Amino acid sequence: MTIVCPTPIATSDRVQLGHGSGGKMSAALLRERFLPAFQNDILAQLGDAAIVDIGGHSLAISTDTFVVQPLEFPGGNIGSLAVHGTVNDLAMMGAEPRWLSAGFVLEEGLALDVLDRVVQAMAAAANQAGVLLVTGDTKVVERGKADGIFINTTGVGVRHPDFAPAPARAQAGDAVIVSGPIGRHGIAIMTAREGLAFEAEVESDSAALTPLVRALRDRVGDAVHTLRDPTRGGLASALNEIAAAAGVGIMLDETSLPIPGPVAAACEMLGFDPLYVANEGVLVAFVAESRADEAVRALRAHPLGRAATRIGRCVREHPGMVALHTGIGGTRVVDMLPGDQLPRIC
Amino acid sequence: MRYLSEYRDPTVARALVAEIKRAATRRWVLMEVCGGQTHTIVKQGLDELLDDAVEMVHGPGCPVCVTPLEQIDKALALASRPDVIFTSFGDMLRVPGSECDLLQIRARGGNVKIVYSPLDAVELARKNPDKEVVFFAVGFETTAPANAMAVWRAKQLGIKNFSVLVSHVTVPPAIVALLESPDNRVQGFLAAGHVCTIMGWTEYEPIAVKYRVPIVVTGFEPLDILEGMLLAVRQLEEGRYEVENQYVRAVRRDGNQPAQDLVSQVFELVDRNWRGIGPIPRSGLGVRAEFAEFDAERRFNMEGIRTAEPEICRAGDVLRGVLKPFDCPAFGTMCTPEHPLGAPMVSSEGACAAYYNYGRFRSGSAV
Repeated sequence: MTIVCPTPIATSDRVQLGHGSGGKMSAALLRERFLPAFQNDILAQLGDAAIVDIGGHSLAISTDTFVVQPLEFPGGNIGSLAVHGTVNDLAMMGAEPRWLSAGFVLEEGLALDVLDRVVQAMAAAANQAGVLLVTGDTKVVERGKADGIFINTTGVGVRHPDFAPAPARAQAGDAVIVSGPIGRHGIAIMTAREGLAFEAEVESDSAALTPLVRALRDRVGDAVHTLRDPTRGGLASALNEIAAAAGVGIMLDETSLPIPGPVAAACEMLGFDPLYVANEGVLVAFVAESRADEAVRALRAHPLGRAATRIGRCVREHPGMVALHTGIGGTRVVDMLPGDQLPRIC
Repeated sequence: MRYLSEYRDPTVARALVAEIKRAATRRWVLMEVCGGQTHTIVKQGLDELLDDAVEMVHGPGCPVCVTPLEQIDKALALASRPDVIFTSFGDMLRVPGSECDLLQIRARGGNVKIVYSPLDAVELARKNPDKEVVFFAVGFETTAPANAMAVWRAKQLGIKNFSVLVSHVTVPPAIVALLESPDNRVQGFLAAGHVCTIMGWTEYEPIAVKYRVPIVVTGFEPLDILEGMLLAVRQLEEGRYEVENQYVRAVRRDGNQPAQDLVSQVFELVDRNWRGIGPIPRSGLGVRAEFAEFDAERRFNMEGIRTAEPEICRAGDVLRGVLKPFDCPAFGTMCTPEHPLGAPMVSSEGACAAYYNYGRFRSGSAV
């Protein structure tokens, strides 16, 4: 038998799952295939949401597609996630989310009570985030052509005139703050999907981050230079993107990373690094050092931000690179992953 | 967290580092055998703390890295078959074969699934009686018992559509091969704790005596490794060469007897090629004749597989501890985790990946 695989290893002529991981493969797909075809100044900003100015207002627009399995997981379902994901992308650009569209791709045979629960969760999430779902679309495909439900949501938000956080605005001296424990969403999904049993169930952190952004805006305003919700690819990927966009180095302190015990335990067993595990209800903020303590207090005043803490700082050294002081006293690089994290052998 | 944070305590680590520096009157060359230990060393920056009081060279104990190319190519061939569901632990999926990897086979339509236990693959075979389910049985003595259990279980259940593509290797013959190699620089070993959890350490006792080399059975957390280094350095300074057990919370001298029994019931010692190192006699495990129907290599026609290694890749020298990843001409330029030329750049336990992911900060090399 001969192997049917004519291409050299370095280039694949097919889409692989790693292209959707949020790591280097995703970035390459974007850079090499999409951006050249659609180039314009607004797209070129490559923020969590596009910023457009119209009639004296600054609007943020963002779109996201949700393909999660299982459809329902501890802490939420694909419906709540589809609202939170898009709302958070708008919030990270400093916008107040206002309107949402929703497109559904439903697979023939989907149980209607599952659909009902997804829709109810979506409505509740939209209510809680203060957005109106104002238009939508539904398509049904044959059994086997989709995985239960796919949802696309597009959101539009209005930006505050004096509040414009952006990845490129991070600067040396900024404190790096996270709003809560990391790694919960990714581990919740993985344990639910693979039927892995750990002692303590991990719930997804899926939530709208708008109240936290409001708290930061009201308390420290423009001292917030950058906001990001570290979803797919985790905290490490988000920080690498910011370091690259702003041309700064980032130095983290391993002992201050808020990693919940059950997440750490699951990661140890699977050979994962929690820094690369997805979050859906955590933000990372780059705040001028002089206002950083105030920013932490503002976050902690809200239930979602109770565990907010500093995890590092932005430095002039090693621009574009994220590094970490290990608990034991060494230093290492925290790079972007090429594709998905793969569970190890032993 | 119990059994974790205690072994990462910076105060104790600093004390151990100071003790190692005090004990070493010269620079000793130690090898940590297991890739998991390599990652702890580089990820935690232990080599940096030691200021080179001890030189750590990285051993061949990464199962992904030493799995020979012909076995990878066989895996790719099997995974390409429309009648096969090919199952594997996750980190084998990105290992380059001669022409591509399992992820690319999957993108081309091959049915490749990640499992977390070989027993999940047996279950998959039970649920898909019209498919052939093949499990890629890779690893050292650590993973051999679970893989043997899968074969044993399939036989008990009378499952006819399950087989294993075996590429098991064992540690002691590799240590001997390294010690007999003319360019060997290693003066002491940190043996892989998890391998010894299964096998105990009696196999290492004659090696320590014959080659006059300290072997310390060592765990995987930072404090384990530092303590293992300290024990090895003390032996070298005192002119002793014994097997010592640092990993007392997990390893007994005789290991895990039921696990060993199961392994020897299903597998037997065979000659095995190690990727990058070459053939080592009686260094691998193969399926015994009694379980032949579960051996994928006997079950499927595997002829006509031609292998080709990239010429520039010096993974073999890295795996034998002769070359540091930084010194490979392809490191970080032609060979990166996105486009690996050799397996050590792929696996989470590979030395090249460890240096690439964690170590570049220190090298100062802007790769």
